[in-house]
Amino acid sequence: MSAAKPANNSMRYDLQIIASWIDPGSHVLDLGCGSGELLKFLINNKQVTGSGIELEEDKVATCIEKGLTVLQGDINEEVPDYPDQTFDYVILSQTLQQVYEPDTLIRAIMRIGKRGIVSFPNFSHWACRLQLLCSGYAPVTKQLPYQWYNTPNIRVITIKDFRKFIDDVGLKILNEVAINTHSQNRYGKIIRFLPNMRATYGIFLIGNKQV
Amino acid sequence: MSEYIEHDKEGISVGLVEKKLFTFAAPPDEMVLENGAKLGPITIAYETYGTLNPDKSNVVLILHALSGDSHAAGYYRNESEKPGWWDIMVGPGKGIDTHKYFVVCSNIIGSCMGSTGPCSVNPKTVQPYALDFPVVTIGDMVAAQKALMDHLGIEKILCVVGGSIGGMQVLEWIVRYPDMVVSAIPLATTTKHSALAIAFNEVARQAIMADPNWNNGNYYYGPKPNLGLAVARMIGHITYLSDESMRLKFGRRLQDKSDFSFNFDADFQVESYLRYQGKKFVDRFDANSFLYITKAGDYYDMEKLYGEGSAVKAFSKAKAKFLVVSFTSDWLYPTYQSKAMVKAMKKNGLDVSFCEIVAEWGHDAFLIPNVRLTTLLRGFLERVCRETRK
Repeated sequence: MSAAKPANNSMRYDLQIIASWIDPGSHVLDLGCGSGELLKFLINNKQVTGSGIELEEDKVATCIEKGLTVLQGDINEEVPDYPDQTFDYVILSQTLQQVYEPDTLIRAIMRIGKRGIVSFPNFSHWACRLQLLCSGYAPVTKQLPYQWYNTPNIRVITIKDFRKFIDDVGLKILNEVAINTHSQNRYGKIIRFLPNMRATYGIFLIGNKQV
Repeated sequence: MSEYIEHDKEGISVGLVEKKLFTFAAPPDEMVLENGAKLGPITIAYETYGTLNPDKSNVVLILHALSGDSHAAGYYRNESEKPGWWDIMVGPGKGIDTHKYFVVCSNIIGSCMGSTGPCSVNPKTVQPYALDFPVVTIGDMVAAQKALMDHLGIEKILCVVGGSIGGMQVLEWIVRYPDMVVSAIPLATTTKHSALAIAFNEVARQAIMADPNWNNGNYYYGPKPNLGLAVARMIGHITYLSDESMRLKFGRRLQDKSDFSFNFDADFQVESYLRYQGKKFVDRFDANSFLYITKAGDYYDMEKLYGEGSAVKAFSKAKAKFLVVSFTSDWLYPTYQSKAMVKAMKKNGLDVSFCEIVAEWGHDAFLIPNVRLTTLLRGFLERVCRETRK
């Protein structure tokens, strides 16, 4: 597994790593692109072409004002419209844990893109495990700061779970990095020893088996 | 579209402007219309703002809605009069920046605002055309605008922008002349009118035609069908607003009285407003033009015309980059219609941005000062301008 070298430290740390995986000049789709931080970086520094999908009007408008191509909509509804293999990379960062049908979405991503990049908060981080073990309450952490009844993070995913999931749906992991960072933080570090226990986020590059 | 024309709050304006006329298709070279009829000579009214750059790459073409005209910005005589209908968007430093772009706003054939329409004189009879004027389509309007562009020596349009029926002209432009249009902004529009939109247009047309003064369209030498046209306008105004905007603007408030009059005067503010809008409209608009232009809107079906009924196939001819904008409270051109367009563009791999702006002002939202819309247009135009320079 190749180590990722953060590309630039003005972005959220997981986005820096994602950016480092993207080949210059590629065609990219960023699902849940927010205010377009990653897209803008990729266009300016890696000459990519691409677009984003974002649900919130404010963020969509910010993107378009910046000169990005962004569609307002729900990723689950928007992804199926694209023709097969439209993109070199389809990015889903810190969103998978909020998706109602992750398997459907991941399959759709791998239909429209040659490769997928997925990052998510790791639910098996030691802090989560410890809270559940000691207190008996559902864990509340900096990465997953909600109560069970108001969390948008309806999917509990661990790094190990994700690896198994990718195998179950017949896809292949091409690269993975576990990192320790906070959700909006620009700084973080790569975790190589016991990542499922020590990393707060997992980032995966996935492809179809024949790729 | 409605009349929200406001003076710019900061007093910024393109200043004095001039309505220009371009005449072409003089017999025997008449223009052949979509229905096979021939029309000529044809005059198109237009205005321009800003300066055409040496490589002619900074052209923004604005296309207006039903009752609009070529006067999008600035003033004809002095700044005390009402500015053009989109003065809030078009001017120095505004969303469509006349410091950067050469803006052309073209009127449409069938209109009564300077271009050839049913109130123009038919050279064969030396009388107003009235109903002898052929039924024109959105395609015919765009073909005439293309002739205007040729006349101006413009081969490439950086952006074609318009709302409502103007948005339909935008869509027609991008499939009829795909190599000419770099980018397009269809605002609050659709590839085809819904039954609801056609229904309202038909009621409006019936109001005109039921007015005895309409006289089968021959009223140019006598009393005009003002009552019918005013009612048609009142219906239009209802569709341009929304339940929410009417509740906020009028509610059940009474007009200059504390109790009902117990007769059929305008008691409610909403009644008074509609009567006022209707009355104001008849002074400036021709009833036959209203019939022709609404019919052109109702007939338009981009999917049928260019895609054998398929939006995806219709948009396969397009090459432009798109910014599609809809408004949450627009029930005349609802968001689902914009989303259907966006879907077809995506399926064709076109570069498309889409934003649904939360706005309470119904279909008319695109004519009302809206910072969000201004910044969207500015950002999109700057990008497409930058990308053409690469």
